[in-house]
Amino acid sequence: MKFRNLNFGLESNSKIKSYLPQGLTLFVIVFIIGFFAFNAQDNMANRGIEFGFGFWGQEASFDIQFSLIEYDGSHSYGRAYLVGLLNTILVSVVGIFFATILGVVVGISRLSPNYLISKFAEVYIEIFRNIPLLLQIFFWYFAALRALPLPKDAINFFDISYLTVKGWFIPRFIWSNFSIIFYSVVAASIASIIIYTYAKKQQEQTGKRIPAFWISSGLITLLPLLAFFIGGVTLDFEYPVLIQQTSTIFNFRGGIGIIPELIALALALSLYTATFIAECVRAGIMGVNRGQKEAAASIGLTPAQVLRLVVMPQALRIIIPPTTNQYLNLPKNSSLAAAIAYPDLVLVFAGTAMMQTGRAIEIVSITMLTYLTLSILISMFMNWYNKKIAIKEK
Amino acid sequence: MLKMIRNFVLFLSAVLLLAACGQQGGSGKKSKTLSNTKKAGFVKCGVSQGLPGFSNADESGNWSGVDVDVCRAVAAAVLGDSEKVKYFPLSAKERFTALTSGEIDVLSRNTTWTLSRDADIGLTFVGVNFYDGQGFMVRKNSGIKSTSQFQSGLSACVNIGTTTELNMRDFFNSKGIKYEPVVFEKADEVVAAYDSGRCDTYTTDKSGLAAQRTKMKNPDDHIVLPETISKEPLGPVVRQGDAVWEDIVRWSLNVMIEAEEYGVTSSNADSMKDSENPAIKRLVGSEGELGAAFGLDNDWSLRIIQQVGNYGESYKRNIADTGILPTRGPNQLWTKGGILYVPPAR
Amino acid sequence: MIGKSVIFKPNRENLNLYIILGGAFFIIGLLDVILNSLLKANITSFLPLNLSFFTPIFFGLIGLHLIRIEFSGNKILDSINKNINSNWFNAFLTLLVIFILIKIIPGLLNWLFFDADFVGTAKEECSREGACWIFVYVWFERFIYGLYPNEEIWRINFVFLTLIISTILLAYSPDRLKKYFLIFLLISPFFLWKLILSGGNFGLEWVETNAWGGLSLTFIISIFALLFCFPIGTFLALGRRSSYPVIRYSCIGFIEFWRGVPLITVLFMASVMFPMFLPSGTFIDKLIRVIVAITLFESAYMAEVVRGGLQALPKGQYDAAKSLGMGYWRMNFLVIMPQAIKLVIPGIANTFLALVKDTPLILVVGLLELVGMIDMAKTNPKWLGFAAEGYVFAGFVFWIICYSMSRYSQKLERRFKTDR
Repeated sequence: MKFRNLNFGLESNSKIKSYLPQGLTLFVIVFIIGFFAFNAQDNMANRGIEFGFGFWGQEASFDIQFSLIEYDGSHSYGRAYLVGLLNTILVSVVGIFFATILGVVVGISRLSPNYLISKFAEVYIEIFRNIPLLLQIFFWYFAALRALPLPKDAINFFDISYLTVKGWFIPRFIWSNFSIIFYSVVAASIASIIIYTYAKKQQEQTGKRIPAFWISSGLITLLPLLAFFIGGVTLDFEYPVLIQQTSTIFNFRGGIGIIPELIALALALSLYTATFIAECVRAGIMGVNRGQKEAAASIGLTPAQVLRLVVMPQALRIIIPPTTNQYLNLPKNSSLAAAIAYPDLVLVFAGTAMMQTGRAIEIVSITMLTYLTLSILISMFMNWYNKKIAIKEK
Repeated sequence: MLKMIRNFVLFLSAVLLLAACGQQGGSGKKSKTLSNTKKAGFVKCGVSQGLPGFSNADESGNWSGVDVDVCRAVAAAVLGDSEKVKYFPLSAKERFTALTSGEIDVLSRNTTWTLSRDADIGLTFVGVNFYDGQGFMVRKNSGIKSTSQFQSGLSACVNIGTTTELNMRDFFNSKGIKYEPVVFEKADEVVAAYDSGRCDTYTTDKSGLAAQRTKMKNPDDHIVLPETISKEPLGPVVRQGDAVWEDIVRWSLNVMIEAEEYGVTSSNADSMKDSENPAIKRLVGSEGELGAAFGLDNDWSLRIIQQVGNYGESYKRNIADTGILPTRGPNQLWTKGGILYVPPAR
Repeated sequence: MIGKSVIFKPNRENLNLYIILGGAFFIIGLLDVILNSLLKANITSFLPLNLSFFTPIFFGLIGLHLIRIEFSGNKILDSINKNINSNWFNAFLTLLVIFILIKIIPGLLNWLFFDADFVGTAKEECSREGACWIFVYVWFERFIYGLYPNEEIWRINFVFLTLIISTILLAYSPDRLKKYFLIFLLISPFFLWKLILSGGNFGLEWVETNAWGGLSLTFIISIFALLFCFPIGTFLALGRRSSYPVIRYSCIGFIEFWRGVPLITVLFMASVMFPMFLPSGTFIDKLIRVIVAITLFESAYMAEVVRGGLQALPKGQYDAAKSLGMGYWRMNFLVIMPQAIKLVIPGIANTFLALVKDTPLILVVGLLELVGMIDMAKTNPKWLGFAAEGYVFAGFVFWIICYSMSRYSQKLERRFKTDR
């Protein structure tokens, strides 16, 4: 194929050469945006709709099934937005937590010399990676969790926790003087950070190793325990109790009820994202030079020590960027909650609120902006981390 | 290079021209929707995703129901054949945006007429084809016979973005009952959740409750509680800004009701042409020039009555005979104790 | 002490004794689990409840320990020991996996095949012990073709047959004809859409895009999206590396925007917001809007993939091309792109895979592809309660498609691995 040199004979006058394409691009962009804005205004005027964010403070008039903060229908749409956002963050955090653990375990299993284990891990990865997430969510929610029994015949865990089609009921922790425990945990964490930095400095200077891990774990376990016994903190449990409301309707009162929508969503997200994280972990560990492992073995380190001291730190450099990408994908995938009845940001705000107020443009824009902000924050962190650990090449 | 600039300028002007051409709104006797419908050859009708009695498709894809009959009436009036309709099943979420975006021209989907919908989102309600109210459904063996027996901790399944969601809150609040709303997007999912036991009660318009009950595994296991907690006037909706189209849809519905008032049915409409009653003569088009007001020919109302029937026939065919709601309730003529009272077609 | 060392430390001398002993223990443990899962019998029921739960593992561990003989000389035993029996932890994991498999697989196979009903035409013929595949059989046409009228299904078959045949011709034709087949393949989808799938001309009945659905809709959307997102993504990637700040920043903004929002909000935007941005009175079909939205979304990911390839090329290629007097476009399309694309073929295949896996989302805007049709079928009043069969079927179909694609992309990666 012939490609002409599209220089327009302007090589000599490089100023125009650089301004022309840019000016053209700018013009096209402005034109497109103006076109859209003009039409939007015109359409809205024709229909008698006004563009504005006044709905934000209006009363919402609808209730939300599950909310981490105080909310009922008399609160504003703005507060409903906050409830949805918190629910999204909740399911994302839970999903990331379990996905990471499962992903690391499966990733390492995949590299195990044990044939059965590695094949098992491989089958798991291949199955759950190749089925769409929406289908997995549907399966867990509509097929699996719907098959659970009614509260009357709930699946019983030692009489303190019950699994039913209406949710998983667990005892509620009732603390008094919770702040004391909280501060002790914070203090222990800060102390362990200090210990780690000190230990690292010591190692760099003198080569002596302080068992920082044991000291800090000891601190983190003992300090709160001490605070618990001495500081006057009490822990009570509120157990879920089966109440008969009518001849066949039973419900649990008390305790915390985790709704099946949340369980299904968190389960599906974790299982799905764990496959990707497992592949990242595997790529990371395999990406460490074999010479490193052999050198470490040759100086007498046990396989466990090799993994912990030599392989993992180098593997982490390869593992973390794609894993952070998966952490980015998980909140975005959690927006699928709109398909089952989990009240996350999309269902509450871009669903109910949008339908009741009719303000499609404003609400969809705000929702997109929220997710965009979240991903930009995580992206920025990833870029910073990448720069920090990058091997400076020529 | 100059060629490029010239082409670009031409392209720009073409786009601007197109944009400018699109600015004509519907005004006077010129109705964009009417001319588009005539050109396409069918009426674009938004319906539900399957509600027996109102809009439901059988295995061969034939739609029937009182909402469907409204669209068929419009098609009979405008295009001469009530079968010239394309049905678009819509969920509660997309029904309004489908209408405002132009994907459909009439929304006949058991939609409640409320102030905010009429005034705030660019739509116009053109009438009521079913007066209804919101109710609750529970299992027969739960022992609940009335909503006064509801207790806190109840879980209620509901459809997202409906007046039901809001009314439910008002009702439970007034009774001080703490409830758990489980909202789904598709009505079928709501029913399935209720049927499986996920929710203790299912709430929507009473006609919807009766209709959905026929789709459950064991319809006799469920009862609809007697209390009605809100007013739900259901009717067809059109876009704001096309006055002629609005009138066409409004009067297609009114003609059906008035036909029943004067006893004109699909079978005797032809013979009524020689009636003594001038009102009847106007209805069947043998007197007056009513059609010209919309840009239609004079047989528009006759075609509606002949091909779709009057309101009573439509109700009987779709709702009474199928066992959903055997009695008319408030949906009876004002002369017979109901509240169907429409302006005269003259 | 001697006894302890004799029994507890297996050695080569009494090889056969240890094998028999170890095998016996292992088989007892295995039998316990097998009987439990297949016949629901509990042979250790004379022990307290919780203990009988652990006996198989206990026996199995002892058995495996007894056969853990290093360098026994028996090839099979050696490989087993090195592989799955190298230490206590490994043995424990092995046993766990074996027992889990024994517990799950028979039940699963029963439900899927042995107790399932395959033949029949009505719901009443389902015995409900196993899966009722009659459900899938009855609804099969709907699952594949959506709500397309039955009499017109031949049109969809015709379209896909044309595409498949032209792809095969493209792959196996002589080089000088390849150009024509490629152009045909790139242009024909549009004509096929307008003339055949939609119809309305030449005596074919018009079928509204609302009625398109099922697996065929998945393929239609994937093909069109892929056709467009690849060139758009390439241009975006080039633009992101451009030296002009305006172009670079607008490309970066575009890419980061589409990568940062979830696909569901993009679909909402396409179905709800986009019509407001068009001149009043113009109406673009919902399916077209959705395809445009998905294309723009995936093109951002494609741009990042291609950018990865561009970054991996050594600067020497650019220098060499410039020294030959090549301008920007010539250099990019003759020298850089071929190499970059070869590098990122797995990335491109991954993006396409993600695209196929993302298509079920369109059911939230009312387009019923395979998962949407299954949803519709499972809530049909005549067929309530078959959610599991439907989802397993859909999962199976998607799994086959995605697995074969990832396998193919691995093969491509190996084929294009030109060592530099």
